[in-house]
Order: sequence, then C-alpha cells, then structure tokens
Amino acid sequence: MLEIKNLRASLEEEGKEILKGLTLTVEAGKVHAIMGPNGSGKSTLSYVLAGRGGYEVTDGSATLLGEDILGMEPEERAAAGVFLAFQYPVEIPGVGNMTFLRTAVNAQRKARGEEEMDAATFLKVVREKAKELNIDAEMLKRPVNMGFSGGEKKRNEILQMAMLEPRVCILDETDSGLDVDAMKLVADGVNAMRSPDRGFLVITHYQRLLDHIVPDVVHIMVDGRIIKTGGPELALEVEKNGYADLIGEAA
Amino acid sequence: MALPQAKLTATEVRLAGLSLPSAPGWTRLAREGALARVQAMGMPGRRDEYWRFTDPADFVSAEPVPATHHARQKIPVFDGMDRVRLVFVDGVFDAAASDDPALAGIEITRLAEAQGQDIHWAADLYGTLEARGQEPVDRPLAALNTAFATDGFLIRATGRAEKPVNLIYRHESDSSDAILHHVIKIEPGADLTVLENGPAAARFNKVMEVEIADGGAFHHVRVQGRDHDRRAATHIFARLGREATFKSFTMTANGALTRNECVIELAGDDGVAHVAGACVGDGADFHHDDTVFVTHDAERCESRQVFKKVLKNGATGVFQGKILVQPGAQKTDGYQISQSLLLDGDSQFLVKPELEIYADDVACSHGSTSGAIDETALFYLRSRGVPRAEAVDMMVLSFIAEAVEEIESEEIRGEIVERLVQWLARHRG
Ligand SMILES: Nc1ncnc2c1ncn2[C@@H]1O[C@H](COP(=O)(O)OP(=O)(O)OP(=O)(O)O)[C@@H](O)[C@H]1O
Ligand SMILES: [Mg+2]
Repeated sequence: MLEIKNLRASLEEEGKEILKGLTLTVEAGKVHAIMGPNGSGKSTLSYVLAGRGGYEVTDGSATLLGEDILGMEPEERAAAGVFLAFQYPVEIPGVGNMTFLRTAVNAQRKARGEEEMDAATFLKVVREKAKELNIDAEMLKRPVNMGFSGGEKKRNEILQMAMLEPRVCILDETDSGLDVDAMKLVADGVNAMRSPDRGFLVITHYQRLLDHIVPDVVHIMVDGRIIKTGGPELALEVEKNGYADLIGEAA
Repeated sequence: MALPQAKLTATEVRLAGLSLPSAPGWTRLAREGALARVQAMGMPGRRDEYWRFTDPADFVSAEPVPATHHARQKIPVFDGMDRVRLVFVDGVFDAAASDDPALAGIEITRLAEAQGQDIHWAADLYGTLEARGQEPVDRPLAALNTAFATDGFLIRATGRAEKPVNLIYRHESDSSDAILHHVIKIEPGADLTVLENGPAAARFNKVMEVEIADGGAFHHVRVQGRDHDRRAATHIFARLGREATFKSFTMTANGALTRNECVIELAGDDGVAHVAGACVGDGADFHHDDTVFVTHDAERCESRQVFKKVLKNGATGVFQGKILVQPGAQKTDGYQISQSLLLDGDSQFLVKPELEIYADDVACSHGSTSGAIDETALFYLRSRGVPRAEAVDMMVLSFIAEAVEEIESEEIRGEIVERLVQWLARHRG
C-alpha cells in the first residue's frame, strides 16, 4: 500500500542528508512499527511523507496505492489518504477545533469528488468518536489544541485521524506523554481503525505501546536507514538491550 | 509662537474652502475656540513627529483626492441586527433612509438642528474633550472638525438603550468632503452600543466625543471598508468616570488612507477602557494608521490596546500607541499589543509603542511584533487536507482573533468574522 524505495532526503537549507536510502513497504491491513535512536530520522521520514516544506528529496520514491505522493501538495496527500499524527501537535489560537476539523473533513471529501458532510451528521459523528477517546465535548469548542494537556493533544490527533479515515496512518510518538489509561484509549482508538484496507506506520521508543497496538512488523531505523526488520520480538530485544548490539550487527 | 511659513500656507489653503455655519447657536464659542486652535497649531505636516509614518498631505489639501464610489455590497454589515439606522450620504443626513431615532429609547438630536436649541449637556461637551485631547500632542484635524463640522449626532443615554445606534456613512459622490462631529454622553449606569460602517466620502473627517459618567458603559464597533480610494481621518475622544467602561473595536479593510486616533482619559477610579482594531490591507495603495493615547489619571483602572494588521502586496500599517500613567494613578493595569502579519516581503509595519509612567505601583506591559505566517501551523492545517489558500485564511483569522475577541457581543463578533472571511476569500494570492 505505502511503498518507500531508496528514499533520500536532505535539509533544504543546510543540505544535510537525513534519510539515506530508506526502503520500507506497509501492506494494507498491516501495522508496521519503527523504532530507532533519537535523531535517526524517524520524524523526518514522517514529514517527508506528509509533505512538509524544508526537505529536499534527492533520490528514491514513495507511493500510496501505486500513486507517487512526493510530488503532491500536503493537502493532496491528505486527500489521497495520508495522515500524520504529529509528535508535537500545533496550537492554533482563534481557530475552533470543530471548525477546523469540519473544514478538513469536507475539503478532503471535495478533493475526492465526494459529497460534503452536513453539519448535523458531522456533529453527531465527532461527538461519538470523541466520547470513545474520552475527549470532553467542551474541549472541542476550544481553539485547536489551545490549553490542551500533552495527553489531550495526542488524543485529539487520534480523533482527527478517526474523522478523516485515512488509508495510511503515520503515528509519530503518539504514546509519549500519555499516562497508562490514555495510552490504552489511544491504542483502542487505533485498533478500532485497523482494517484490511488501511495501513499503519507507528513510530515509538517504547515497547509498551506495542503491547496494546500489536505490530505485524518492526523496523529498526538508524542514521536514516532501516537496519533491521523483524517481528514484534525485535521491539522486546530493543527494550532489553538498546540499539548498540543491533547497530554493531549491521555494521 | 509663530508657525513656520509652510504650515501657515498649508493652513490657509485648507481653511480657504471652509466656513463656519451661519447660525452656529450654542456651538459658536466652541467652534471659534477650535478655529483659534487650528490657527495656532497649523495643519499637520510630514515633518511633525506625530505624522512621521503617515503623510497627512491628502487630509490637508484644498480639495479631496477623488474616490470612486463602488457598487454597494449586497448585504451591508450589521444588516441582520435589530438597530436604529441613521444614514449619512456623503456626510449629509438622509432622513428618508434612516429609522426614527426615538426607537433607540434615548435622546438623539442632529447637531445641525440642535444648534438653535438649548441643550446644556451637549453645549458643555461639544469640543471640550477634543480641546483636552490637544495636550500633550497636537491633533489639528480634530480641532478643524470641531470648528467646521456640518452635522453629526448628539446622543445622550440615561438608561440602557433599547437598541444599538448604527451610524451608516454612504458614499456616492466621487469628490465628497465630509466633516461630521458626534457627541455622546452616557449618564451614570447607562449603557449604549454605537455601530458605524460605510466609506462615508472621498474624504472624511470625523470626531466622536464620548463622556461616560460613573458606572456607565459605551460599546463601539466600527467597520471601515470597501472604497479603495477613500481617505479618512477620525478621532475618538473619551473620558471615563468611576467604574465606567469604554470598549471600541474597529475593522478596516481597503481605503487608500486611514488615520484613526483614539484618545482616552481614565478620570475616575476603577474604569476600564479597551480599544482594539483589526485591519486587512492589500496593495501599495493601502495605508492604515492607528494612533492611540491612553491617560490613566485615577486608581485601579484597566486599559487594553490590541491592534492586529494583516498586510500584503505592499500595504503599510502604522501603530502609535501610548500609555501615560499620571502621578497617583496607582494599581494601573495597562496593556498594549500591536502586531502585524506580513504576507509578503513588500508590506511594512511601522510602530511607535510608548509607556510613560509617573506612579510606582503599576503593571504596564507593551509588545509589538511583525512576522510572517507560521509555517509549522500552516503545514499542520494542510496536512489535514485544508487547501493552502484556506489554511492561510485560517491562520489570518487566528492572528486577528485576539483583537476580534475584544468585541463583547457574540452576534457582532460573528458579523465581523464573516466580513473578514469574505474579504480574505476575495483577496487570495
Ligand atoms: N529543521 C531542521 N533543522 C536542523 N536539523 C534538523 C531539522 N530537522 C531535523 N534535523 C536533524 O535531523 C536529524 C533527524 O531528526 P528527526 O527529528 O527526524 O529524528 P527522530 O528520529 O525523529 O528523533 P527523536 O527520536 O528524538 O524524535 C536530527 O539530527 C535533527 O537534528
Ligand atoms: Mg521524532
């Protein structure tokens, strides 16, 4: 479903290469996890896939359902089905959460030639999903992420994901900053979305999340490359021994 | 104190086409006094410190620069609201187009008709706050207004007004030159909302004097827009008594030249004065100047100045804002923020924020920033599928929000946001 081949990307300003020939395929219906030391390029990968400016792709490709996404604008990628849950969700004063979410949902529908969701239906759906994620209805009235705690912001990311129903979900450290209960809520939210035509790429530092969202495949990313791929047991190995052995093995 | 020759000449030129009304009635003294002030101060010039960022030439020329009248918007702002409309066309009152002023449940009299009557409260006020506002900075265009105003409204609220009063300024003639002067008195505990909208004239000089007695409240929301060539110099002079409230918000879109001065005197303890503005300007022929002067002369008063400007394609925004805390004005809470969002490299924001404090137990802060759109936030919106142009509009609304939130009425706030949304949609790219 999401195919990344030999992807190389550099910082536009400094020319520093961050992704150094990364290859990875997420099949439909599967959950892939990426683990790797700080600074190995995990967030960069997520940004390059979602279309953030400031990076230059120098080689390789990324396709979603066979369609090249790297040439698309971020909003086009979103409409094509890419979703990124941010490591640091952004606060936007003065823009209501609901207004934003409804604009986003309908913009995507419009881009896909689908009918817009009317206000009443939208409200009903968003309330249901918010409830499942234990997000207070009052919170939804506030401006985007304003005054949300770290954990609330992460849950809000999952709510957006649930509303937008993407084809491939990229979660960048969605577990960080979550308490045990919130982690469970988020995991339930993600699991509820698992389906045969949706793929997940879950970036995390901790095995703990993967107890709840059990991955099909685990990748170890070091210095802009995938150095090892395996099953869930690979995450346990990292948890126990860190990255040193794996890096040594790969060298 | 003799004026420099250039100022003398400029003043002569400006005064040449003006004459005092033939039957000024009780306004005579105020008008003559104002004329004397004009002659002593002279017209503003580019060299005056107070006009460093804004060239007043078009305000003082003998004739106004012609301004094309644009076809009326389909639905004027505030149209859905229950309010009393008082309509001026090129500065001339249009009774046929207006509502019966009595519907507001307060005293409303036209200046042009009142001069022959005996209206004590107005006689005490007309030109008085303007004259006080001439210290410590000259505001000659306001004095010119007091001397030569052709009309305006005298409004006195003794209780809670039943409806907002909406002063509507239509513009039809390309060469109109309008001078209007309103005097508003809010008696103790009374409450009034005044709305203003419309381009008014090719050149518009307007003064509004507002005296708010103890415990009174005055709300003001103004929309200046539409006609690209129009020029406006406006002044608000407000004096607040004990526990009085003054809240003013102005939205400006378009207009070749706008100078909005607001001079506020907090004269009674525990007064609250907020003045806010949002302006959106597109193009090198847009110049918008907010000049604010707040004087704290009593204890425990709160003042807020919140100004946001969105500028693109070479537009210019100016903010000059001062908080003056007089000796003894302890526990003053003064806040001032002026910010611009520059949507391109050609636009500019010129600021002069000032604090002058002569009391020791006060909390005053001011800040000014100028910046581009936050790319991270923009990406966040787009990554959810919001197209770039719409995401930029959202960021603009986000930027302006702090100023718009100064409007207390949710209904009016909604109107203003709606206007902004429409303007932004028309000015993409
Ligand atoms: N805009 C930027 N400017 C400068 N350096 C950057 C920028 N973006 C990323 N980098 C650098 O690129 C490298 C990869 O960063 P990235 O955020 O992708 O790592 P990560 O694997 O997500 O790390 P973490 O686990 O700490 O979140 C780091 O060395 C980082 O400092
Ligand atoms: Mg990261």
